[in-house]
Amino acid sequence: MTLEITTARPESALLDLPWSTPLEEWPETYLAALPRGISRHVVRFVKLGPRVLAVKEIKDDIADREYAMLRNLRRLDVPSVEPFGVVHGRATADGEPLDACLITRHLQFSLPYRALYSQNLRPHTAVRLMDALALLLVRLHLEGFWWGDVSLSNTLFRRDAGAFAAYLVDAETGELHTRLSDGQREHDLDIARINIAGELMDLAAGGFLEEQADPFEVSASIIERYHTLWGTLTGTERFESGDRWRVEERIRRLNELGFDVDELSITTDIGGTEIVITPKVVDAGHHSRRLLRLTGLDVGENQARRLLNDLDAYAAATDRQGEDEEIVAHDWLARIYEPVTRAVPRELTGRLEPAEIFHEVLEHRWYMSERAGHDTPIEDALRDYVATVLPAKPEEKAVLGVDTEEMPVISRFD
Amino acid sequence: MPAHPGGHHLYNGSSGTFLPVKEGNEAMATVTFDNATRQYPGNPVPSVDKLNIEIADGEFLVLVGPSGCGKSTSLRMLAGLEEVNGGRILIGDRDVTNLSPKDRDVAMVFQNYALYPHMTVADNMGFALKIAGVDKAEIRKRVEEAAKILDLTPYLDRKPKALSGGQRQRVAMGRAIVRSPQVFLMDEPLSNLDAKLRVQTRTQIASLQRRLGVTTVYVTHDQVEAMTMGDRVAVLKDGILQQCDSPRRMYDHPANVFVAGFIGSPAMNLMEVPVTDGGVDLHGHTVPVAREDLTGVGKNVTLGVRPEDLELSSDQSGIPVTVDVVEELGADAYIYGSTEQKLLEATGENAGAVPFIARVDGRRPPEKGDKIFLKPKSGHVHVFNAESGLRVGD
Repeated sequence: MTLEITTARPESALLDLPWSTPLEEWPETYLAALPRGISRHVVRFVKLGPRVLAVKEIKDDIADREYAMLRNLRRLDVPSVEPFGVVHGRATADGEPLDACLITRHLQFSLPYRALYSQNLRPHTAVRLMDALALLLVRLHLEGFWWGDVSLSNTLFRRDAGAFAAYLVDAETGELHTRLSDGQREHDLDIARINIAGELMDLAAGGFLEEQADPFEVSASIIERYHTLWGTLTGTERFESGDRWRVEERIRRLNELGFDVDELSITTDIGGTEIVITPKVVDAGHHSRRLLRLTGLDVGENQARRLLNDLDAYAAATDRQGEDEEIVAHDWLARIYEPVTRAVPRELTGRLEPAEIFHEVLEHRWYMSERAGHDTPIEDALRDYVATVLPAKPEEKAVLGVDTEEMPVISRFD
Repeated sequence: MPAHPGGHHLYNGSSGTFLPVKEGNEAMATVTFDNATRQYPGNPVPSVDKLNIEIADGEFLVLVGPSGCGKSTSLRMLAGLEEVNGGRILIGDRDVTNLSPKDRDVAMVFQNYALYPHMTVADNMGFALKIAGVDKAEIRKRVEEAAKILDLTPYLDRKPKALSGGQRQRVAMGRAIVRSPQVFLMDEPLSNLDAKLRVQTRTQIASLQRRLGVTTVYVTHDQVEAMTMGDRVAVLKDGILQQCDSPRRMYDHPANVFVAGFIGSPAMNLMEVPVTDGGVDLHGHTVPVAREDLTGVGKNVTLGVRPEDLELSSDQSGIPVTVDVVEELGADAYIYGSTEQKLLEATGENAGAVPFIARVDGRRPPEKGDKIFLKPKSGHVHVFNAESGLRVGD
């Protein structure tokens, strides 16, 4: 049999991986970490040059389908892992055929939910994870994607200025439609609630769940959060024609939630006394797009919001609010943002993403100022943060699953 | 006679195993789709159009059809997840059309087979009941009953790590059983498994369902799965029920051309042929069809013959087929070839080569490149109206 590799990023080192060995038996020399996590299938993390890749051994047709699905999701700009390739035609030295492998890129600085629970966390982590997952689910549903297996295990989380941003990891059960019916969305929510409750109960049984979190309340809260967000993003509003400011108000509210309104339907009744508005196309990434345009920085939505606030504060403090925004942004980047993120010693750069460090330094400055009773310069805050806070943080650049045992339920039948 | 659960009593079954049996006063869990219709806003046609199916108590009904046929929508309508715009849905005598999902006493079984490593086997089986607010003693009782059925009793207080693969899978099934709903709903539960496991799990689900006797509605796109699992199979296309019958009846008496082509693997050969006196003409060979059946069908009909219902003809009459591939299976061999089909209307030109499949004796199969002639075995042809696609005669 001939090995057949499909990849959007041809990389000759891919050929050096031991494809003729069942994934379960790959020697440790290839692995970036020991196998962890709950998975239906055998999954391994391998190092390939500067990258860490996740390799999943599954049936050929499922591998192709998931690869194509992940590519579609990336095209739709939904937060999901990046598909790297599919390897077909594997066989052992004896000619015994092996299943295909789906390769995805490991998402840097992402955390499996189990890893989050093995750390010392601020309270309400579970609640913040629900916020992130509800937002992800809304974004997927807006694009017509029915997930079919919504769960914490199938999601990765990235720190996002004190909150979390969720990424879809497993699209195996997913279906892409032109649009979803209410029933399809309810179905996903039903699945989410049960899976998440099970996952949180498991954490509780292992003694990892923060005490104030009740698995049932937390898992049920995703439904409420989802509906609130969905209602704000897609709901129809009616008002008297005199209240036109409410159109602007609606757009502002959506922007605040991080969404741009690409299309808004506005209708009036025959007499023109009532106005009805419905957002038709909303697009996530309001703040991160603006920051990217101004500075070239590609960061999480909340991080972008935080950075933009600091940029505004900089413009105000330097009395340049009337100037061209792009020029001010360029100066802010050179004088404030980059000096802070570059000041992090090399050995600590794997702890947090630069934008998250910047956010934490701003937080740290706020606490220092409050304690001192006066403003603290960012340079002082930075020095203190790097000396006292950052070294105590765990390395998060490549957390590949923590504190779980591999549990392929569907293994060989006995 | 399968024992019936639903109530939570145990009955020492004739095989010596304990099976839960239905209490005497338990309502019959029939399911009725009565003109049930679902039309999405903005869609010109309904996704499910006046669906009428009556599912018997304890029956295993499979909804099957190609992508977009309305099978999953129908299941979600029954689950209460999808609004019903017209008609009704009944469970037993209860009209559930406007009830919320949790008031319907149905359990949606989905694909998640993940077991939780820190929880005991008992907790892994009973956690969904906890979510539903069932009290502890009741959960324990139901878990113990399910464990007996699944031979998991000795493992209840262990962690899943201690179990074999097969046992773990039974725990996953136990999750559904403990909910002891009136109706199980399953939406493509096997689609992510590899072929071998799919066959094993398929058998396991079917046999478990028969032992439990719980009314089950199962959705799949795979007609083989449908035919091997269902007591009855309902074929849908474009939101419209095409036929609902036992697998045998469905195979032997497809109600229209779509069902004929969809059910069966390899697929039925379908060709358009002219009507003659006393039957239809197949390359000069008259296939007899009752005259009364052919009244009003027009000049041509669609003739269907399953690959196994063909015989090699020795006198060069019948359907001429050029052999492309011979698949030898020991006792039998499948011939994959092509035949020239004439466009009968108007021009009489050749439509070109159309694929043709036949099963022949495996001991002396023809060879690749041979030209052979095939005749349908008598009484084994299916005739369909060329316009409407509906079956003609019995």
